[in-house]
Amino acid sequence: MSARRIVLGLFTILTGIAALLIVLASPTPHATVKTQSWGFNGFFGSFDQAQLKRGFQIYKDVCSGCHSMSLMHYRDLERIGFSEDEVKSIAAEVQVQDGPNDAGDMYDRPGKPSDPFKAPFPNEQAARASNNGALPPDLTLIAKSRAGSGFTGYDGADYIYSLMTGYEETPPADFKLGANMHYNHAFKGHQIAMPPPLSDGAVTYADGTEATLDQEARDVATFLTWTAEGNLETRHKTGIKAILFLVIFTLLAYATKRRVWADVH
Amino acid sequence: MAAPVFKNAVVRWIDHRLPVFSYLHHEAYEYPTPKNLNYWWNFGSLAGFMLVVMIVTGLILAMQYTAHVDHAFNSVERIMRDVNWGWMLRYLHMNGASMFFVVVYIHIFRGLYFGSYKAPRELLWQLGVLIYLLMMATAFMGYVLPWGQMSFWGATVITNLFSAIPWIGNDIVTLLWGGFSVDNPTLNRLFVLHFLLPFVILAVVVVHIMALHRFGSNNPLGIDTKGPQDTIPFHPYYTVKDTFGLGIFMLFYVFWAFFAPNALGDPANYIPANPLSTPEHIVPEWYYLPFYAILRSIPDKLTGVIAMGASILILFFLPWLDRSPVRAGTFRPVFKWFFWILVFDCVILMFCGKNPPESYWMPFSLELVDADTFTERVAEIRSIPHDQALNAVGDMWGVNSAAGSFGIKIVRLGQLGTIYYFAYFLIILPLLSVFETPRQVPLSISKPVLGGGKAMAHATAKSMEKA
Repeated sequence: MSARRIVLGLFTILTGIAALLIVLASPTPHATVKTQSWGFNGFFGSFDQAQLKRGFQIYKDVCSGCHSMSLMHYRDLERIGFSEDEVKSIAAEVQVQDGPNDAGDMYDRPGKPSDPFKAPFPNEQAARASNNGALPPDLTLIAKSRAGSGFTGYDGADYIYSLMTGYEETPPADFKLGANMHYNHAFKGHQIAMPPPLSDGAVTYADGTEATLDQEARDVATFLTWTAEGNLETRHKTGIKAILFLVIFTLLAYATKRRVWADVH
Repeated sequence: MAAPVFKNAVVRWIDHRLPVFSYLHHEAYEYPTPKNLNYWWNFGSLAGFMLVVMIVTGLILAMQYTAHVDHAFNSVERIMRDVNWGWMLRYLHMNGASMFFVVVYIHIFRGLYFGSYKAPRELLWQLGVLIYLLMMATAFMGYVLPWGQMSFWGATVITNLFSAIPWIGNDIVTLLWGGFSVDNPTLNRLFVLHFLLPFVILAVVVVHIMALHRFGSNNPLGIDTKGPQDTIPFHPYYTVKDTFGLGIFMLFYVFWAFFAPNALGDPANYIPANPLSTPEHIVPEWYYLPFYAILRSIPDKLTGVIAMGASILILFFLPWLDRSPVRAGTFRPVFKWFFWILVFDCVILMFCGKNPPESYWMPFSLELVDADTFTERVAEIRSIPHDQALNAVGDMWGVNSAAGSFGIKIVRLGQLGTIYYFAYFLIILPLLSVFETPRQVPLSISKPVLGGGKAMAHATAKSMEKA
């Protein structure tokens, strides 16, 4: 290898590294999102069912007062370990408008597992009217739509966790907080219309876990990741199988290639 | 070459009346291919593979998708949630677009480095550029279909570019929209075109391959094949090599599609389109970023659009801009450097396209800060009042260096990148053709094997590449 080739090779490698560093330099964020380690991340990541159930309880007891979850159905809850009967009784807790019946009238009936999660407000205007003009976003896909962008970006769960734990009772001295707003260092602009939804003991967990703010934030962040990406576990398992297959396939292809090419100089 | 004798009687019967088997045998089996192709030559077949993957997954997705502003977003989510394996099809399709571009970009840069665009392959190259243009259009339309925030605002920004055309611009935009804003008719026509264009691409790919098979593949030495001793049949040599390459590539593809499926997309596209709320930053997909940077680096809208268009159209003229008789960059000591700077430049442009033009990049601290923060930093480091720092930042043409801080405005960086991009094609390549002294090109592909004497005998036939 000549000196020239070495220099050129080094230049190429350095250029590549420099290029990578440039792309990785991301805008300094205005809000602080604390990245956490999540069980559902990584090649073998999966959800903790008990945690998903706790997260659902928080959604049901706290979030669902203002936030809809339009793409979820009660039947989906069977996938996080609720029995068919439990799902039926959860669904039956709400009244759903159905109809028209034979007489042409709309009527209310108890919810069924096939119904979508009932929204707290009939329309956007009603939601805004009850929340000082702010619109509580639908939560189904919140974990995906609030993730950091790019390969190095944070998870949506990191954002949700940071937001839940990012409230401060007293904003910095020079900060001007709007009327009916709350200071939260994880939120862009640091003021958010949503009052602190979670606190120590905000819910009493059915499974007896101690309901600290940190625990609640983790549970709801995990649950919202599941609602946004319910096929995550199947995806990981299928991906692992695909990789195993491809590794063997590629090795065989390489061996065949070596053999076929053996007579070519 | 003699027509093959097929063992199967049915095949023989058909082939006698319709010689498809002879044709395939000729073009995909015995097709003589230079024996020295390296792994950079795998990317053509990989691109073909990705086209098939995109058409197949796209076809099945289209069976479940609803092209209507009220239903598009939810129909995509329905595919993700309720259709059996729908999430996999969609992630393979969505990440497949990125993989297709990765493969095609490597394919293009391979052509740029090894001079694959030079005579007699000019038309082959131009057909390739045409495929690339069609791909860009198709990918843009596909990105609009989920009707998320980035879909809607991306469509608005891109279609609005046409309004820069003098006199008729606004009429063209109305025609594209099918109305007076991006709305249901727009989504409908983009869906129809997104369905149609891949088949147009397929047709151009066929012509691209026809043009390829006229003179055969270029090769890492950039010299013509001199006879049978320089070539090997396509099958089994390159079919097996391509298969091995496919395995490696698939591992890469599977990683993205199954373990980081949303990393290459914008999170805002999981928010349904809302014409009343503009996202903070409207950023195109990564494969458009260099062109977006070129567009934004020119303040005048029409000139910017022209520059962006020219940055791709210039590739059509490349065979006549680079007059150097030597194809392969390997034997062009000066060209090499400019080529790698071009690669680096495209990465820089990508970076500029991704980030807000008014922000400052601080390369030494690897930070990207907005103008206010940057001014504060300058004020702090130089211990000067804020308004003085503001002037200092303004005076310095977007570049500012002070003890411990060096920053360049993203839009200025993009302008430098744009200048180099065009200079490479319009100034550097034409000048290099005249002033560069290429290294000695080997006489033939098989020369190192056959030894001096024999190689000379083969090389006497034709040696235009040594001129």
